[in-house]
Amino acid sequence: MIQISDKILDSKAPSGPVQDKWDRHRFDLKLVNPANKRKFTIIVVGTGLAGASASASLAELGYNVLSFCLQDSPRRAHSIAAQGGINAAKNYPNDGDSIWRLFYDTVKGGDFRSREANVYRLAQISNLIIDHCTALGVPFAREYGGTLANRSFGGAQVSRTFYARGQTGQQLLLGAYSAMMRQVARGKVTQIPRREMLDLVVIDGCARGIVTRDLVTGAYETFAADAVVLCTGGYGNVFYLSTNAKNCNVTAAWRCHKRGAYFANPCFTQIHPTCIPASGHHQSKLTLMSESLRNDGRVWVPKQKGDTRPPNQIPDDDRDYFLERRYPAFGNLVPRDVASRAAKERCDAGYGVGATGYAVLLDFRDAIARDGVETIRTKYGNLFHMYDKITGEDPYHTPMRIYPAIHYTMGGLWVDYNLESTIPGLFVLGEANFSDHGANRLGASALMQGLADGYFIIPYTMGQHLATRKLTKVTTDHPAFQEALAASKARIQHIVSVNGTRTVDSIHRDLGNMLWENCGMARNEAGLKATIDRIRTLRDQFWHEVKVPGTGESFNQNLEHAGRVADFLEFGELLVLDALDRKESCGGHFREEYQSAEHEAQRDDQNYCYVAAWEFQGVGSAPTLHKEPLSFESVHLATRSYK
Amino acid sequence: MGPTLSLTLKIWRQPDSQSRGSFETYHLDGVSPDMSFLEMLDVLNERLIQEGDEPVAFDHDCREGICGACGMMINGQAHGPDAETTTCQLHMRRFHDGDTIVIEPWRARAFPVVRDLVVDRSAFDRIMKSGGYISVNTGNAADANAILVPHDDSERAMNAAACIGCGACVAACKNASAMLFVSAKVSHLALLPQGKPERKERVSAMIAQMDREGFGGCTVTEECEAACPAGISISNIGRLNREYIKTMFAGE
Repeated sequence: MIQISDKILDSKAPSGPVQDKWDRHRFDLKLVNPANKRKFTIIVVGTGLAGASASASLAELGYNVLSFCLQDSPRRAHSIAAQGGINAAKNYPNDGDSIWRLFYDTVKGGDFRSREANVYRLAQISNLIIDHCTALGVPFAREYGGTLANRSFGGAQVSRTFYARGQTGQQLLLGAYSAMMRQVARGKVTQIPRREMLDLVVIDGCARGIVTRDLVTGAYETFAADAVVLCTGGYGNVFYLSTNAKNCNVTAAWRCHKRGAYFANPCFTQIHPTCIPASGHHQSKLTLMSESLRNDGRVWVPKQKGDTRPPNQIPDDDRDYFLERRYPAFGNLVPRDVASRAAKERCDAGYGVGATGYAVLLDFRDAIARDGVETIRTKYGNLFHMYDKITGEDPYHTPMRIYPAIHYTMGGLWVDYNLESTIPGLFVLGEANFSDHGANRLGASALMQGLADGYFIIPYTMGQHLATRKLTKVTTDHPAFQEALAASKARIQHIVSVNGTRTVDSIHRDLGNMLWENCGMARNEAGLKATIDRIRTLRDQFWHEVKVPGTGESFNQNLEHAGRVADFLEFGELLVLDALDRKESCGGHFREEYQSAEHEAQRDDQNYCYVAAWEFQGVGSAPTLHKEPLSFESVHLATRSYK
Repeated sequence: MGPTLSLTLKIWRQPDSQSRGSFETYHLDGVSPDMSFLEMLDVLNERLIQEGDEPVAFDHDCREGICGACGMMINGQAHGPDAETTTCQLHMRRFHDGDTIVIEPWRARAFPVVRDLVVDRSAFDRIMKSGGYISVNTGNAADANAILVPHDDSERAMNAAACIGCGACVAACKNASAMLFVSAKVSHLALLPQGKPERKERVSAMIAQMDREGFGGCTVTEECEAACPAGISISNIGRLNREYIKTMFAGE
């Protein structure tokens, strides 16, 4: 049985009009004087957009930063793979955009399950991000007059997305990386690559350090600090097949959860409608085709079931442009959750294409006829090239086959308005927190949030923690470090010692399959209940049957994977439990029991207008549910409609 | 399931940076032409683990051709036979049934082997640290449209900025030169007005660091451009040389 806490979880969002909250709060936050900043050390885990920008901006202020990443270089964090763009309310195109509209679109797009105060702040900061990134040399696309160019994206009727071809994430990340490397040169950031965070060290109730493993030598290390900033991304790889990079994982966040940080809304997972379908059992990951393609591509399936003609020979009369048919106002630019479910609905009904029948078509024929092939090549050339590489088909001549896939996770560690978790001194930024996207994230908003958190929020809110809390000097000799170190070592040694018969990958695939089938695009009570039992059985199998050759004292990628899968097997249960407990449909969380006659999601604002924040009570024990009620004072609760 | 490939793989195995390495031969059947090159190695590794052997270590992450983590010499070519393609985007339909494929790590003094196909490319980070940035603190920026950048300059800067930092240019070069990598960053920033104030210091510092790391000199064989998965043009090396020469003749 789930225990429900009767205490209200306090977001610490300031009162007053939404547009004044951040300005007032910034004034109310305590400052650390410049001479004292150099006495503080801050650990930043992860070097994606949130982590790199946080490391750079905190170091610019004078703090000493220890930056950690898994990869061989901080430049490889998965933010680099974001393709389409970054939103900002600049209104450069003069098409009616404003901070208020970006705020409104994001709250509505999130299906009214995000915190208004955070979303408004995000929209406010969006413009500063574009200014700063431009100053850092990010080569955003430009018009011939030299001004910045914009394009439109799903869930919005204005063009507010800034982009660098189909490589916006790469360029923004390299900008943040360069700002961080400048601070490495100044001696304010110490960058430590190829390290995995294995535990959080909490002393006197505050986050004071971490335990890491050197992935090259296998050596365990401990680091002490005055604050820990977690920027470790999302947990999409719990589904095995996702568009996340192979090394993305929940380990750091999960270990913090086990140390007392609440985990919020884990069931809010985003399925991206336009991914390249799996081609066989060997499939190791899925590849996204940017949402920006829906600006010019039209999504359709044949009107006849089992139409075997090549798609480019099917005449218009025999095509069902199902997004344009169902959602005439937004057409192909409906939000991701809506587009994904519509594609699933057509495929489940038997109209899907391709070898498996689980694909729909994304067609550029009309755009090429209208704008010419060169225009389309300039906009999407690298994406078309990638599609051709992976499938062996040329999208200039035949429509792309696409199908939804797990792409982003809106859920994450619970944070208050200061981006601080329920453990004082542990801040969580970017995709790793739950804060801004509610039950569904709009396209081009992840980059915005990661950089807002890192460049423009944490530099202010960190001061409040350091200036107001009594932080006694601690070293890694403290018993809490030794306890965490011993626990981390023991867990890795246990994994190596099992020496069973099942590979890590096969167990991870099984977990992913059961989650995708029962807790993916559509969920129901019976399936979710059965899945909890199956995850427990699989977790048991892992600890008795996993086989990891080699030792823990060497470069052992299979062991890294095993440690992450072990955490996914614990986390997966919470994901399903949260989906089971939320008896409504909203955003990316679609419960089959709660839908309208037209198969649209049915929210239950009466009973579920809250953030579900879970407190760990032990592996296999029911966690405690803490509720943060959501109130909508500026954007009125309404049924989302894109018709 | 269509026809599959049977392959002979000769793979460099080396337990760590201190040990000597050697080629091991593996036979692999049932390879689908739709697999990526890394998925083919995944299949081999699953088999090795089942047999109690340690899998082949290789760096990889996004598997979408953008993170720059993967990279290996495939039959003597960096990232294999396809133009502008990373190893993760190379697909097995490019190979034939019965082929022998030789797989090695990048070979360069500045990229020591960590294990098997994994090398240490931290030299690239140190070059970036030496000057691959624009010195602007958060909070200083003017409105983005206050800086007008001609469309074509912006496009050329983007062409150079597209570098993924994989190191194929170094691996392909007989001198193990890092000139294409360094020139891409120097060009990206020199082409933009925001990068102009520091252009002299930047090019000098980055070249000095490149030399300290033990990369070789450039003799313009253009192998780097041919191997580059991001299509970085060798014309950037010309621009780097011009930038460098300007610093030598510039007075106070």
